[in-house]
Amino acid sequence: MRQWFLLPARLWTGLFFAIPLCIVLAYSFLTRGDYGGVELPWTTESYLRLADPVYLGILWRSVWVAAVSSLLCTLLGFPLALFIAKSGKRKVFYLQLVLLPFWTSFLIRTYAWIFLLRDTGLINTVLQALHLISKPLPLLYNDGAVLAGLVYNFLPFFVLPVFASLEKMDPALLEAAADLGATGWRALWRVTVPVSMPGIVAGTVLVFIPCLGSYLVPDLLGGGKTVMLGNLVQNQFTSARDWPFGAAASFALLGVCALLAALLLRNRQIRSVL
Amino acid sequence: MKLRLYATLALLFLHAPLLVLIVFSFNSGKFTAWEGFSLRWYAAAARDSQLIDGLWNSLLIAFASAALATLTGTLAAYGMWRKAAPVLSAGLYVSLITPEIVTGVSLLALFQWSFRFLHLQLGMHTVIAAHVAFSIAYVSIVVSARLRGYDRSQEEAAMDLGATEWRAFFRVTVPYLAPAIAAAALLALAVSFDDYVITSLVAGVDSETLPMVIYSMARKGVSPVVNAVSSCVVVIFGALVLVSERLQRR
Repeated sequence: MRQWFLLPARLWTGLFFAIPLCIVLAYSFLTRGDYGGVELPWTTESYLRLADPVYLGILWRSVWVAAVSSLLCTLLGFPLALFIAKSGKRKVFYLQLVLLPFWTSFLIRTYAWIFLLRDTGLINTVLQALHLISKPLPLLYNDGAVLAGLVYNFLPFFVLPVFASLEKMDPALLEAAADLGATGWRALWRVTVPVSMPGIVAGTVLVFIPCLGSYLVPDLLGGGKTVMLGNLVQNQFTSARDWPFGAAASFALLGVCALLAALLLRNRQIRSVL
Repeated sequence: MKLRLYATLALLFLHAPLLVLIVFSFNSGKFTAWEGFSLRWYAAAARDSQLIDGLWNSLLIAFASAALATLTGTLAAYGMWRKAAPVLSAGLYVSLITPEIVTGVSLLALFQWSFRFLHLQLGMHTVIAAHVAFSIAYVSIVVSARLRGYDRSQEEAAMDLGATEWRAFFRVTVPYLAPAIAAAALLALAVSFDDYVITSLVAGVDSETLPMVIYSMARKGVSPVVNAVSSCVVVIFGALVLVSERLQRR
């Protein structure tokens, strides 16, 4: 009986998620065909090509961009989560404020940064009107723009688990710290931060994973200069038409994401804040 | 107090870009300097046939895929609540963490491979199939959250009184789950309507969606028409999500 409830989801997820992944896995071990398709023989050449310095550079760049985004989310998100956790009755309201932009279109949120950062964008227009600069600053189409877009889009992923762990914290801990003579900052570093560490770790990884595989943000805000793994995959499947290599890059990317998520879920304390 | 200031700045960072975009969509001038209030870009957007076609395609895809995903995801959440289904739930989790671009190219690979045997082409149906696949996980998470507070004895009472298992499910469990199912459906509508990356890979020539039109316009440079369309989408989305959250907290 219960099987019938699960059947539609099993069929759909199997047909349109699991089987496609298996096809890509198979492609990653095949050879590129003359007209862009795939051919026998089986080979691991596509994976070996990932170790080529050009592609290692792209891999390194993706890891670097994702790591800096996670760090920026920590700096911006931790105080925000702390503030929300302390704000009593208005907690729900503030949490909604954090989440609301997250559910509004990802594409449009990214486009909004083009509007702000381009040469005739808002920031340059205002700075020029104030006579602070004489010609527009090159704000768009570089790593800085990509980082801004990623942090902006994924900040809620950091704030929510940190908030969840801060909410569980026993306020008596801070009172005890104060009784023992700790100042506000010292109590923050020695009590609040360690207690909320599961949330901080979870938040960092939850930001890192989507940033590593991001495609749209580097595509629109990096202007083709900031090529990341996601753009490499897209390029191999469309214009370059090297499906086996694109498939190998897909699996390298998916492997890293799945590994990080699995490590995260193994820890019981971290699981409790997700 | 310093914390409050810092948090205000962080919230400003989260909201200012979209607010600025909305404000400037009412600017009468073409550039970023404010020249006066006007609805001309909204009028221009309403006349743009590409945008209108994209909007209809997006709406059709969003409603069809949300309906299918809500049905499938709700049944799955209930089935998994009755007894753990490790393979399915692992699959749904993996679908959540898989980068969109990877999901997209793998669906493209599936369709191109299967079209060698089937006389089909990329089009609305492939987009809908893809959207249902990634929406099921969202639906089942929302519905599962509500099932956690559900007492099985209500169903058992119905069955003791002679209801079949299906009847008990539809007459007792579904009404209890109704707010969560509605919230999940709205969420599925939102994620489908929003998607660009996967859609752009599996769409055919006749199934260009609104995000695809917006993307190609944004690629060509900023146009005030895009600001106007974007503002409409953001406001409608915001409203949808707020309603969805209200429903989830019932």
